[in-house]
Amino acid sequence: MCRIGAVKSKKFVYPSTALRLMLPQQEGHDNSGFAMVMQDLGGVFALYKDKPLLSMACTKQGARLVEDYMSAKNFVKMAEWLPVPNKKKDLDIQTMPYYIFRNYDYPEHYDDAESRENLLLDTRLALRKILTESNQGYVYSFWPDVLTLKEIGDPRDIATYFRLWDDNGTLLAKNIIVQCRQNTNYKIVRYAAHPFFLQGYTLCANGENTFYTKNKEFQKNLHRGYIGFESDSQNFLYTLHYVLHELKWSIPYYKHVITPLPFAEIAERPDREILLSIRQSLAHLEINGPNTIIAGLPDGRMMTCCDSKKLRPVVVGGDETTIAISSEVCGINEILPDRNFERDIYPNEREVVVIDNDLEVTRWKQ
Amino acid sequence: METVKVQDIAANDLPWQIEYHAERCTMCGSCVASCTFKAIKVEVQRKSMTISQANQPEPVHVQQAIPVIKQVADINNACRGCGMCERVCPNNAIRAVRNLDNRRNLLFNRPIKRGGRTNLNAQRTLDKIIVGRISQMTDPSLDSIRHTFDIRSPLGRVLSAKELPFRMENGKLVATKSTPPVRWIYPLIFSDMSIGALSTRAWEAVAMAAAYLNEHCGLPVRMSSGEGGMPVPLMESDYLKYFIIQIASGHFGWNRIIKAMPRMKVDPAGVLIKIGQGAKPGDGGLLQAEKVAPHIQALRGVPKATLASPPNHQGLYSIEESVQKMHLSLNAAFGFRVPVAIKCAASSTSVSVYNNLLRDPYKICGGFFIDGIQGGTGAANEISLDHTGHPVVSKIRDCYLAAVDQGAQGQIPLYGGGGIGLTGNAAADAFKMICLGANGVFCGKILIQLLGCVGNENGRCNACNTGKCPTGICTQNPRLVKRLDVDKGAQRIVDYVLAFDAELRKLMAPIGNSSLPVGRSDALVSTDKAIADKLGIQYVC
Ligand code: SF4
Ligand code: SF4
Repeated sequence: MCRIGAVKSKKFVYPSTALRLMLPQQEGHDNSGFAMVMQDLGGVFALYKDKPLLSMACTKQGARLVEDYMSAKNFVKMAEWLPVPNKKKDLDIQTMPYYIFRNYDYPEHYDDAESRENLLLDTRLALRKILTESNQGYVYSFWPDVLTLKEIGDPRDIATYFRLWDDNGTLLAKNIIVQCRQNTNYKIVRYAAHPFFLQGYTLCANGENTFYTKNKEFQKNLHRGYIGFESDSQNFLYTLHYVLHELKWSIPYYKHVITPLPFAEIAERPDREILLSIRQSLAHLEINGPNTIIAGLPDGRMMTCCDSKKLRPVVVGGDETTIAISSEVCGINEILPDRNFERDIYPNEREVVVIDNDLEVTRWKQ
Repeated sequence: METVKVQDIAANDLPWQIEYHAERCTMCGSCVASCTFKAIKVEVQRKSMTISQANQPEPVHVQQAIPVIKQVADINNACRGCGMCERVCPNNAIRAVRNLDNRRNLLFNRPIKRGGRTNLNAQRTLDKIIVGRISQMTDPSLDSIRHTFDIRSPLGRVLSAKELPFRMENGKLVATKSTPPVRWIYPLIFSDMSIGALSTRAWEAVAMAAAYLNEHCGLPVRMSSGEGGMPVPLMESDYLKYFIIQIASGHFGWNRIIKAMPRMKVDPAGVLIKIGQGAKPGDGGLLQAEKVAPHIQALRGVPKATLASPPNHQGLYSIEESVQKMHLSLNAAFGFRVPVAIKCAASSTSVSVYNNLLRDPYKICGGFFIDGIQGGTGAANEISLDHTGHPVVSKIRDCYLAAVDQGAQGQIPLYGGGGIGLTGNAAADAFKMICLGANGVFCGKILIQLLGCVGNENGRCNACNTGKCPTGICTQNPRLVKRLDVDKGAQRIVDYVLAFDAELRKLMAPIGNSSLPVGRSDALVSTDKAIADKLGIQYVC
């Protein structure tokens, strides 16, 4: 089973905070990996927030393939951070030869937001294809102000390897979404570890998507970016992206898509026509198993919600500067012991909680 | 000694033989009276017997003429094995037994017509499929009794999300135009059996069951009228909303339907255009003159004659035309408020038909009903019943996957029928069909079996075309129709559907789903490799 977490803060926080959020929950996950997506970056990337940042892990040959592709496509390298790993003996980590975090400038003529979004996605997909076909590495995200780090092994050791315990000022962000387990239901592949990322949307999920086959068969045709499906949690991200980015509907409708109200309840609602249309048109995006979702939106907001039977827990708690979302409250107790516990939120099966960039928390029932 | 006349028909040529015990028979005559086929008669036989009538044995040998029951050795009066004689005999003196060595097919000097079902293609793909993906650890099974389940299926044209005429206004979606009508109904539809094929009382029993399930059990079960119209008072009542009006190639009953339209208080649940039927694909409807009683003549506006509907809708040239003309005019007739669906016999071409419907630019086909070879019929040529058609299971799957390929799954709801509930387990059949991609199922035969029909896939009875239905279900003979208790019949259908509902939950619960798992093929496994490969599910052994 997974445990998932997220930290959202007005101040920059270190990845070690995210790790400390997760480690008390380790009985529930199996310490088989570590994955995080950081957004709104400080540290070494603070100067390049508007430039797309490529996050990848690869071999030497993979790095060369990527460089060739990027220069052929007229991307200009701006800045780069290559972690200097702590190669201590006996660390439980399956490393890749290179971890590359590199900012690029856009090629010429990509001036509007839409063409840039498409370019970044197409580039990531192309790189993924090149690296997969040559079996030379993994590319996780390519987006301004977003960094993804994933590895297989014990999260503590992974943190040691990347010197995340040092809090040395290189990696800092205001938003971190994190998870400490490789997806073990299926094959252990790096792409199967959430959080997943697509065009500014980040998502991790705890649970089992029993409508995986339905979701996947439907999503395959919805968007070129909906690929992989190494994990049944990717479905949640793709649906989030589809509802908010493609259909351009507001967040409340995401919940109506994944966990539609029962027909009897829809019939009582003033907006029943709309809800019914959504339920019928997007019937194949419904999820019908135990799940909790934590998502990050392109504008930095974070949200969480659960399945319609509330078969997975989640709690939101924090103070004026930092709010955390976590599968178990023990994680939040570790990083925010002095917060007002009474204000913790345990969302119910119909609730959606959104935290905006001023840490204003909005919650509503579907 | 009599000469052997081998060309004459003897009782041992017939598919069923009468087993009669003269010593138990008290000559009450019940069996002869009950046999609607005149397959047995009373005859006097001279018998050689030894009897003793005194207080102590005083055997004397006598020759006596006594009445007996004898089978009629005539192909037109062949025993159908319906078992009515056995049912009424107070002394267990008579029953029909199957005659494996019969020469029936050779003795008919004309094509055989009958009703009922296929006798050759009763193989059961669905029994080789198991619900094999059980939620146990991280995704819990549900409690079939305590959880709430949302068991509803769409009937109507569903638009893709991008086609929905919605606009965001202050964070809320508002509709800018209306969308095609979609009804959310129970995934079990009472299939089209016309008044005419069925007796009025049998039709009434099914209709009563449908209404009761809606009004008292909260299950929005819909019933298709069948071709042949509906009673005017019903069309003018509130109950019309539970009915799907059928139009088939004979257009029977539509003069009355059209006349009733201005007085309809509610819209019907849908309109079903019948293009073909699984039991006799490529054939039109057939109602033998024997069944065209005065009330059927009135309902359909025809004289007493065999009503052979043409194989095609007149003027129907292609799918495109069908979509444009029939769908549009029927949609328009009800002001675009009523979903119009289409029913075809399963065929190796079903996928092409479905693709065409999916791609129709008007988006007005509200459902695709595929009827498999195991469906029933009131009358057909036996050759069609047994030798034409297509199983429905793989066809539903093929159509669903064709939609998946185009990202259009769910846009035209798929309903499968023809053999659903063949072994009495309609819920299991329905569930498996749904996991393979059907939105729901339709069934007919099992309903009349609940009313008392004794026919089966092994040639029992299946005399639905003769007007002599021994159970009063598909005859218009007023004397026979009285055999059917309408209230009891309706009650048995209601009870069955309630059990169906409970069983459906019992199957949804272990896979952890509270709404219908349409297309959740991962929930199924098969013990037959060929079936697993064909349907794209896991093979297990
Ligand atoms: S089984 Fe039916 S058809 Fe045959 S003799 Fe008895 S009543 Fe008549
Ligand atoms: S009992 Fe009636 S409906 Fe059933 S098979 Fe016989 S004739 Fe047909």
